Parts: sequence; C-alpha cells; structure tokens
Amino acid sequence: MDEFILIFRHEDGSKIASPEQMQTWMKQTMDWIGGIAAQNKFVGGNGLPLDTSRVVHHNNVVTNGPFGEIKETIGGYVIVKAGSIDEAVEFAKGCPVLQGDGNTVEVRKIARGDGAH
Amino acid sequence: MPAGLFMKKQELIPHLFRTEYRKIVSVLCRRFGFAYIETAEDIASDTFATAAQIWPMKGVPENPVGWLYNVAKNKAKNHLHRKGIFDEKVAPSVKIESEEFNEPDIDLSPQNINDSQLQMMFAICHPSISVESQVGLSLRVLCGFGIDEIAEAFLTNKETINKRLFRAKERLREESIQIEIPAAAELEKRLDAVLTTIYLLFSEGCYSISGNQAIRKELCLEAMRLCYMLIENKSTDKPKVNALLALMCFHTSRFDARLNDDGSIILYDEQDSSLWNAELISRGGYFLNRGSIGGVLSKYHLEAAIASWSIQQADTKEKWENILQLYNHLLQIEYSPVAALNRTFAMAKANGKLEAIKEADKLNMTNNRFYFALLGELYSGIDNNKSAENFGKAILLAKNPAERQAMQKKLARLEV
Repeated sequence: MDEFILIFRHEDGSKIASPEQMQTWMKQTMDWIGGIAAQNKFVGGNGLPLDTSRVVHHNNVVTNGPFGEIKETIGGYVIVKAGSIDEAVEFAKGCPVLQGDGNTVEVRKIARGDGAH
Repeated sequence: MPAGLFMKKQELIPHLFRTEYRKIVSVLCRRFGFAYIETAEDIASDTFATAAQIWPMKGVPENPVGWLYNVAKNKAKNHLHRKGIFDEKVAPSVKIESEEFNEPDIDLSPQNINDSQLQMMFAICHPSISVESQVGLSLRVLCGFGIDEIAEAFLTNKETINKRLFRAKERLREESIQIEIPAAAELEKRLDAVLTTIYLLFSEGCYSISGNQAIRKELCLEAMRLCYMLIENKSTDKPKVNALLALMCFHTSRFDARLNDDGSIILYDEQDSSLWNAELISRGGYFLNRGSIGGVLSKYHLEAAIASWSIQQADTKEKWENILQLYNHLLQIEYSPVAALNRTFAMAKANGKLEAIKEADKLNMTNNRFYFALLGELYSGIDNNKSAENFGKAILLAKNPAERQAMQKKLARLEV
C-alpha cells in the first residue's frame, strides 16, 4: 500500500459561485472525503486558502499570490492510501472539484523515503 | 425482627464491598507501593471477612464505613510491623524516615482516598500491559468486582481471569510503576490510555453478549464513575474527559429501552422513547457543553454529538445531515468498521439510498454480519430480492440468537 497525494487545481470558487453553491460543494467534498475515510484509505488533507499567499522568486523577489497568468491554482490536497496509481485515480474521479470545466486533480505518488520509489 | 431489616443487612456487606474495597486497596497500595498490591488486596479482603464475622454477632456498627476503615488501618499497621516489608525491603532505603515507620500512618481521609484512586487509575491503565488486562485490573481494583463477575463479563472462567490479572500485576511490578498522576508533559498521552480503558469498560457493558443484565448495567455505571472522578480532579478535567462522560450519559439514557425483558434487542425505531432517561440526557448535554471549550475536538466529542443527535427521534433532514458529517469527520480521526457502516446508513437517510448503496459497495466487508444487515436495509424498497439475499447472509453470520431474531424480523417485513 502506497500513499498518493491528490492535488486540486481550480479557479477561486468564491469568485464564481453563490454562497449556496459553495455550501453544496463543501458538503460534496466532506462526503467525498468521508467516503475515502470509510474505506480506511484517508491519510490527511487540507485546503489552501487563496487570500493569504505569496510567491517567492529568484533573488528573493516576493509577489502576491501564485496567480499571475495561471488560472488554475492549487486549492487543496488530500493524501490517500492506495494499492496502485489506478486505485488512487479512482478516488480522484470522485472529487467534486472536477465538476468545474478546466479544473484538474493531479495524482502523485509520495516517495516512501526508503530509496525504493 | 422484620424481614425487611434482615434483607437490608444481608445486602449491606456486598454493597460496602463494592464501594469501599477499592478505596481501601488504593490507599494501602499507594502507601506500600505498587509492588505490594497483593498485600493491599489481602488486607482489604481480610477487613471484610472480619466484618462478616463480627457484625452478625455484635450488630452492625453505627458507622460501618468508619469501622471498616479503622479495621483496615489496624490490619495495615500490624502488617507493617509484624510482617516487616519494612525490615526486609524498604528499611535500607528509608532509614532516615524510620520515625514515621514507628507509627505508620494510614490516611483514609476523603481527600487521600480520592487522590489514591485517581493515581491507581493511571498506574493500572499503563501502556506496558494489554488493554484487556487494563480493563480486567480496573474492574478488580478500581471497581471492586469479584473475579467471578469479571469472568462472566468476559464470558470466560475464573482461572483465566486470575491468571490474566496475576500476569498484569507482575508486569506492572517489573516496570516499577509509580502510583502517581503523570507529569504534565506525559499526562495527555497517559490520559488517553485511561480514557480508552474507561470507554472499553463502558462498551463491555453496552454490547457484551453476557446475558447478565445487572452486571452489564453496573459496568456502564462504573465506567461513568471513573470518568467523573477524572472530571472532579483539576489536572485531569479536560474537554475530552467531559466529552466521554457526555457520550456515556447519552448512551445509558437508552439502556432500559434497548432490550426486551428476555434480553432480545429492540430495534431503534421500535424503542419506547418514554423509557429514555431524561435526566441522563440532560446531564449528557451539560458535560458536552462543558467539554466544548478550547477548540479541542476529540473522537469523544464527535461520538457524543452523534449520540445526542441520535436521541432526537424525529427523522429530520437536518438530523441525518449532521450525523453524516460527524461520521465523515470521525472516520478521518479514527477509522472503525462500525463507524464506516453507520456513516453509510446516515448517508442513505441524508442523500438517498441509491448513493448510499454505491458507497456501501466500496466498503466490501465480506464476513461482517452488520455489513450485510446494512445492505439488506439499503436495498429494501429498491430491490427487495437483493435485500432478502443480504438479510439472509446476515442471519447466517449472526453471533447470537438475539441478533438472528432481529434480522429475521427485518426479513419478514420485506414483501418479496
């Protein structure tokens, strides 16, 4: 069993959705995570609020946000246990973020730290 | 002599044994050191044997508890002098304090009794012995249960329990366990172990298959008493301790409604809610409030909140949505098959059976009777043949007649 991180990239929902819509997304996300946890496959996760963020560049130049030209920013992540990348992808397919056109969930295996990744 | 009075005297010693044995053991054990726990137990047992000999002849003393304490104190002092654990083992290291040993002080004041019991709780719930042993020792030393009662609660025989307790005490001795409240840095972790044992003790009472109702109820009450002792002490009065007590209050509030007179299980939706204990429900609310400070959200908080929603019998959308989210959260903190199944049931109520069936399929818990019972429930009204098939599997896997009966009832209700 390996650990995989599912990284969500999406537009800032608060700019395009009503509070009711946000509430629905929140419930869907909690149900989705609960479903992973109910299979004993949930390791951890968190949201990454967009309003408090900076990017540090070469020569220590600091700019606001990771926004710039990129429309899709990282909004959060979940770490799951899975037997294969395909199983992890199946978890990712249920992520409510994917309801937005252009949004993505990137699935990456986490190195075990034993040199055998 | 009126019969009533006679009965009362017959019950007095067992009652006092239950309430006072553990106090005497704790105080003496703290005084002698954990290594001498058997001596403490012997003196306490001996004290009750003396009472059983003398009281029928001379009458029950005016203050039976004070009498017991005095006798225990004298026996302990005699022991310290005569048997001389002092001479052989302790003396070399405590020569300076020999004054004190000349007139050994056995302090049976309420304060010292409380402190001793609390400290014993931490000594017994020590990670170096198995959780099963911790529960067994707690029942004996902290709750004053007889060996046969413990054997009955665990559905095993007296020898097994005696051996288990003996080994556990040996192990604690080898570890040179101190009878004390752990230092602040260690307290949080050790407190978790104590709470786990208390909760297990409680669950044993709620869900044990032992048919003895009286013992099961007693187990629940003892678990609550131990938890309350932690709340009474300032250093252990933590939010999660309050949450655990709240959880136990909510659960016991339904104790009388949960079982038929013959011991068979009454399903939730058929329970007579007038049998739910309103006082325990309100106590539960009180301790949950008290525990909801400082932003700590333990699994006990989540389970207590689930239990408090569960006593709302009206089937509202709000109720099930809240229960679903609490289970979602609980599973992230600590997975358990039961929580996973309950979450799926809540999902059926909040999001509909079709969605819940999809989630249930992913759980894939073969050989779990409750899993098939859940599937039977979810498919009923959607696909009654599948429902019947799953209830059938649950009946085959049932562990006792009460469970089998409950499933057969569900199966009979289906219109296939």
